[in-house]
Amino acid sequence: MAFKEIDLNMGPQHPSTHGVLRLKLAVDNEVVLSVEPVIGYLHRGMEKLWESLTYTQVVPLTDRLDYLASLSNNLGYVLTVEKLAGIEVPRRARYIRVVLAELQRLASHLAWLGFQANDIGAMSVLLYGFEARETVLDIFEEYCGARLTIHGIRIGGVPHDLDAALAARIRKVLDGIPKRLADIRALLDDNRIWKQRTVGIGRIAAGDAIAYGLTGPGLRACGLAWDMRKDIPYSSYDEFDFDVPLGRNGDVYDRYLVRLEEICQSIRIVRQALDGLPEGETSAKVPRVLKVAPAEVFHTIEAPKGVLGFYIKSNGTDKPERVKMKSPSFINLQSLEHMCKGNLFSDVVGILGSLDIVLGEIDK
Amino acid sequence: MTPFVADVLIPVGKIVAVILYPMIMVVVMIWLERRVVALMQGRLGPNRVGFQGVLQPVADAVKLFFKEDIMQRQADAFLFNISPVLVMFSSLLAFCFVPLGEPIRIGTYTLTLWIAESPVGLLIILGLSSISVFGVIFGGWASNSKYPLMGALRSVVQVLSYEIPTGLTVLTVAFVARSMDLVEIVRRQEASGTWYGFLMPVSFIVFWISAIAETNRAPFDLPEAESELVAGYHTEYSGMKFAFFYMAEYAHMVLVSSLVVILFFGGWLPPFPSVKALAFLHAVPGFVWYLVKIMFFLYLYVWIRATLPRYRFDSLIRLVWKWLIPLALANFLVVALVRFLR
Repeated sequence: MAFKEIDLNMGPQHPSTHGVLRLKLAVDNEVVLSVEPVIGYLHRGMEKLWESLTYTQVVPLTDRLDYLASLSNNLGYVLTVEKLAGIEVPRRARYIRVVLAELQRLASHLAWLGFQANDIGAMSVLLYGFEARETVLDIFEEYCGARLTIHGIRIGGVPHDLDAALAARIRKVLDGIPKRLADIRALLDDNRIWKQRTVGIGRIAAGDAIAYGLTGPGLRACGLAWDMRKDIPYSSYDEFDFDVPLGRNGDVYDRYLVRLEEICQSIRIVRQALDGLPEGETSAKVPRVLKVAPAEVFHTIEAPKGVLGFYIKSNGTDKPERVKMKSPSFINLQSLEHMCKGNLFSDVVGILGSLDIVLGEIDK
Repeated sequence: MTPFVADVLIPVGKIVAVILYPMIMVVVMIWLERRVVALMQGRLGPNRVGFQGVLQPVADAVKLFFKEDIMQRQADAFLFNISPVLVMFSSLLAFCFVPLGEPIRIGTYTLTLWIAESPVGLLIILGLSSISVFGVIFGGWASNSKYPLMGALRSVVQVLSYEIPTGLTVLTVAFVARSMDLVEIVRRQEASGTWYGFLMPVSFIVFWISAIAETNRAPFDLPEAESELVAGYHTEYSGMKFAFFYMAEYAHMVLVSSLVVILFFGGWLPPFPSVKALAFLHAVPGFVWYLVKIMFFLYLYVWIRATLPRYRFDSLIRLVWKWLIPLALANFLVVALVRFLR
């Protein structure tokens, strides 16, 4: 069929754009010629809003950025403020933060696994992934009462202590997850259809990935060991023993494998943190009204989706002069066109899924 | 039996039954699919309307009936309206040729559990299922929108490609049974004592795979791939017209399962006809055996859907042209040769 190039509008109301993302596609038959992401449908003016709030009031708002990994956003922001104000966090609080952040990574990756599988048509895995994620969310609920927008990390430390009962519960959940993962992997890993849809799809070379600023599992799937937890450790990550899983081909399948392995590594880190949980305070003494002398800092952490950075400029008052967020989803999305070009239209959905974007973080 | 009953009441009753039966099966199937998939995924599924949610599909249909019927301005009204009818009509009409069970004797009158017995019944059913493709094409084309168009294009290529292996495998059955009459095919299986599915497993497997593809079901549900094409060719449809497409898809599944059962698994015949100890199985009415068998294949549909990811378009076409058609051809040649030598 002679079928000239057509423009196809995907989203913002589309089942697979993971929120309100719009993609302007040009396709020739089913081959993708260009992809242009159009964003801003969820823009809430977060960064500007933060300028009118005190340092403490900003923390719960960071929950609403990457709402699948709200604790990681909390951690990224809080660490930056602590660096700015020179607050020393007690070791016990740092360990509890690691436990929370790694559990959050687990939850985020499990949700991603479900979405990615659903994008490729394996709808049962969506439910299996979410079922496993649910067990992790239950821990958050028990820790501080919230499940999605958790606000579980405060400036100076953590709001609650992690007692023995909760630690036992966490261990129990961690024991259950590998079994669930094994079930999912039995469905997907060697499935011919799954491999046809993922192996060699959405490839990006390591050099291009760096040029596009790709970070997180997407970058590590290209074979580059770049993990903030290892390379620029924060919050006592240097005290834990874990591996940085790497891929080789930088395709959708490798991103899938890397994230699955990261789940196992997170479980390992949480276990170590629970075993070695030091005694002490769960929070540093932070003045009720936190005023910070004029300075500017930039701090990055390894969020589940990639490198999350916060830049804060203070002006001596209790409110920041400027907060700028370097969100991994936004930057990872830039490489979408590079990955999609020449692939089939069906693959756009799978590739977009493999980037693991959250629109709350892209639009801010 | 008075002529009035024999010539008027029974035919009218059959006409009502041939419409009601697929509809009831569709309702059962929609409920079953939602419950079984939910069970496989660790959910509950609909369980509020009626006992265990059996009335959920009815409630959905009533809701759809009252929904606003939207047709966008650029759509071609005639084709847009005719295509759901075409799809539904061809699915329902095909049921006229499906024998549901053994003829029942009432005194001197023989009540046949089918409407029409035609020497080319098989061909007519295949022809009718091809007509339903037109409904899909027209629906996608007349919507004048991009996603339905792409869904319709995929559907054309998919169904046309998969009709070749279907036709080739159906031919092998016709060869062995020396008939294209569905009732006759079942009778031949009864006479020979073997179901053709066991006699020609390759034919059955090729037919079943093609049948899943022709009904646009997972893992071949590309024309309506939700994660890519929103809802495929019926994206622009709403209300009852959408319900028609939806019900027709399920009716088509029931039809295809019936075909598999009739062509390969002895239709209404009870299993193990040659085992003397199991002769009591003959006491069960043929219709029940037929139902049990098609429910098995309908369940298989649901099971596959819950398990497998979706094929991509190019590998779907590669599968049929590089594997299924050569396989079906070779199978056809072998069957023809064996038949010729006998």
